[in-house]
Amino acid sequence: METGHPGAENLGDRAFNGILWVLGIMILVVAGLIVLNLALVARPLAKDHSIWGFITQTRWDPVEDHFGALTFLYGTLVTAAISIALAVPVAIGLSLFITQFAPTKLGRVLTIPVELLAAIPSVVYGLWGLFIVVPWLRESIEPWLGKYFGWIPLFQGPPIGLGYLASGMILAVMILPTIVSVSVEVMKTTPETNREAALALGATKWEAVMMAVIPYSRAGIVGAVLLGLGRALGETMAVTMVIGNTPQISASLFAAGYSLPAVIANEFAEATSNVHVGALAGLGLILFATTFLLNAGARVLVTAVQKGPSRVRG
Amino acid sequence: MNLHASFTYRKVVDRGMAVVCAVFFALAFIPLLSVLWLVISKGAAGLSWAFFTQLPKPVGEVGGGIGNALVGTLFMVALACLIGLPLGVGAGVFLAEKGEGTIGNTVRFMAEVLSGVPSIVVGIVAYALVVVPMGHFSALAGAVALSILMIPTLARATEELVRLVPGSLREASLALGVPHWKTSLRVVIRTAMSGIVTACLLAVARAAGETAPLLFTALNNQYWNTDPRAPTASLTVAIFNYAISPYDDWHAKAWTASLVLLIVVGLLNIASRVLTRNRLKGAR
Amino acid sequence: MTPAAPAPAMSSEKPTPAQLAQKELAQRAPVSVNDDVPAKVEVHDLNVYFRANHAIRHVSLSVKPQTVLAVIGPSGCGKSTFIRALNRMHDLVPGARVEGKVFVDGKDLYARGIDPVLLRRRVGMVFQRPNPFPTMSIFENVAAGLTLNGIGGNHAETVERCLRQAALWDEVKDRLKHAGTSLSGGQQQRLCIARALAVEPEVLLMDEPASALDPIATAKIEELIHELKERYTIIIVTHSMQQAARVSDNTAFFYLGELIEIGQTAQIFTNPRERRTEDYVTGKFG
Repeated sequence: METGHPGAENLGDRAFNGILWVLGIMILVVAGLIVLNLALVARPLAKDHSIWGFITQTRWDPVEDHFGALTFLYGTLVTAAISIALAVPVAIGLSLFITQFAPTKLGRVLTIPVELLAAIPSVVYGLWGLFIVVPWLRESIEPWLGKYFGWIPLFQGPPIGLGYLASGMILAVMILPTIVSVSVEVMKTTPETNREAALALGATKWEAVMMAVIPYSRAGIVGAVLLGLGRALGETMAVTMVIGNTPQISASLFAAGYSLPAVIANEFAEATSNVHVGALAGLGLILFATTFLLNAGARVLVTAVQKGPSRVRG
Repeated sequence: MNLHASFTYRKVVDRGMAVVCAVFFALAFIPLLSVLWLVISKGAAGLSWAFFTQLPKPVGEVGGGIGNALVGTLFMVALACLIGLPLGVGAGVFLAEKGEGTIGNTVRFMAEVLSGVPSIVVGIVAYALVVVPMGHFSALAGAVALSILMIPTLARATEELVRLVPGSLREASLALGVPHWKTSLRVVIRTAMSGIVTACLLAVARAAGETAPLLFTALNNQYWNTDPRAPTASLTVAIFNYAISPYDDWHAKAWTASLVLLIVVGLLNIASRVLTRNRLKGAR
Repeated sequence: MTPAAPAPAMSSEKPTPAQLAQKELAQRAPVSVNDDVPAKVEVHDLNVYFRANHAIRHVSLSVKPQTVLAVIGPSGCGKSTFIRALNRMHDLVPGARVEGKVFVDGKDLYARGIDPVLLRRRVGMVFQRPNPFPTMSIFENVAAGLTLNGIGGNHAETVERCLRQAALWDEVKDRLKHAGTSLSGGQQQRLCIARALAVEPEVLLMDEPASALDPIATAKIEELIHELKERYTIIIVTHSMQQAARVSDNTAFFYLGELIEIGQTAQIFTNPRERRTEDYVTGKFG
């Protein structure tokens, strides 16, 4: 009986494995390239700036080559906060609706609008924001808010439309699909038995959700929010088009401001000196580090829920 | 024992919350409808053969189009696919086949985390990698940026798809005396192929819609260009420039160009859905 | 060799598996024994370890050509582990170790220099759940073992031959281009058998091939085994003693990884030598 000897076939296996390993390591190479090149481009910044100084100063002066990131940090954080505040309740409600309250077939159909929202490019959101949302804010919402809530510093100042509020609102629409898709996935992994046990005890649908689904998926929902936050921090085009691109810090949501990605987008191509480019790359490093940490944290939370307490398969 | 329904606080809360959730759904729907409606209504008027095929005209002159931007986007996305698709799908296959163990887990972690890197940061990286050594902006730099954006998401999606293929198929092939590598390629990956193609189409759609990384890699170009070493116009950058300009007719062009972009992205998304429906006749 | 007389007809107890098996045996033609033919498969002191777990212990047996050996035993006794050692499927399991010798036609499959990939074309396997390749048509599935191994040419003849051998040709000859998964469960399993036959193995290993099928499909598979026996040597794992009685010439009883007893099927079910065998076939456990 001919059983053959190892030879060509093993060569095929070894070559294939070799190629796969190279391709896999490429991911690590890409990660390394990102960090390395950001650091390289940012190096000229380090000559006259300390990390702490860079982060805490507001002066951004391309002429004198002196740069501080605080204004942009503030703007990024404020717009992200607004977007989270607006998007999270809607996203959770939407996810609950899709997974718990709508009949299953409808639930599948309902994810289509969410996917469509995710597919729209950010520059189109910016265009929409600039010509639709900003005038709407300027003419209707901001005057109304200023009239009834003007005693809160958040709603003071001239309603120009452009500014933190506009960017926050548009960002909220943009991060909604991210939060919803991860939350829906997490909620779907809630074992049916928990929910059924609650219902069998006489709970209403909503109570069963609160008793069984939310506690189980809580960590995963937090992870989804972190992912949305990461997206909000890094979003560039839509924010650039509506935030006003004014490097100032202001307590009012109506004011124009600036964000980290926006200033990079606006100044990088025409940056005047290596230090200027370095400062912009430094901003990029801050963005990278922050989103890296957020994504890592989100991943830990979401996989913890999905691995979860051991599930009895029916 | 009274089993009849009664009007209780708990019932109100239950019904109320269901209504709230439905309202939230409608809320999410409104921006979607608004964007789609406005892009179509404001952009349709400007659609014309000239718009698709002509170069942009200088300020003040009527007419002109996004021909070079459209070609530029298609060109750069195609270049990005050449780099990004093999690397992304390949890394995903690696993770599915050899992904256990410390290195595999590190690669997986990196792929997951890198998929959240802001696109503008990737633009800076492409700037350092391509623009600086070359000394000028180029379509290649733009393509490199886009491919870096494609790779992590593709890798994760591919891994999941390959893992979904039942182990029994692999066993059946091995029991027929087919070597490992052929089993992986021609049975396992082939089974996952339609899903992988879908993931690729979605990656392409995303790349076509990116703007930020192109702003200082491919920059822009007023003329036709298919030379990877030269700056190139793109649909997304064209929309941006038209939108932030102070001219009304340019704003109208921004809407029309957005409509074109949405059509391109929409077609890619539809193609990906159609593909997942495409099976051998009669298969279950 | 006639089977022993069945148990008293007026017994009010539930019939034991052995009694049911004896009924099946009574309906079969007598099995002829030919001691002069050399064994097709010979296993010498086979041991299989999964890390610290000694799963198969010192098993030795032999199988004559063109016969059917049924492997029976309670769940977890190592039946599947045993037959998977015969086509070196354990090579693919990390942490698995195989010691001992498995001879097919006098050649030790575990000798140095033997390529497991090539041997699997000589020792074929059919699995518990039908697993046709979903992206291939019926035709392509049957020919898969050939096309995937780079053997080109027109496979139409081979495909028809194997589908006929698998008693599936008449049912699918008009829809060879349809998906392999468009068939019923029983048909899919026969498709998998045809696929295994296409690479022209000499030994066919079957791991509970009918356990996922309905009774009618099961009967068809069992009929098929009778026909296949004329060309191939078959080793079949089964959890049903009646099935063993229906299809096999010899039966091996495994328990806790050890081969307790092997002999002619009729003898195992009517007159087992070992106490544990008797306990199992009379339904005392398992």
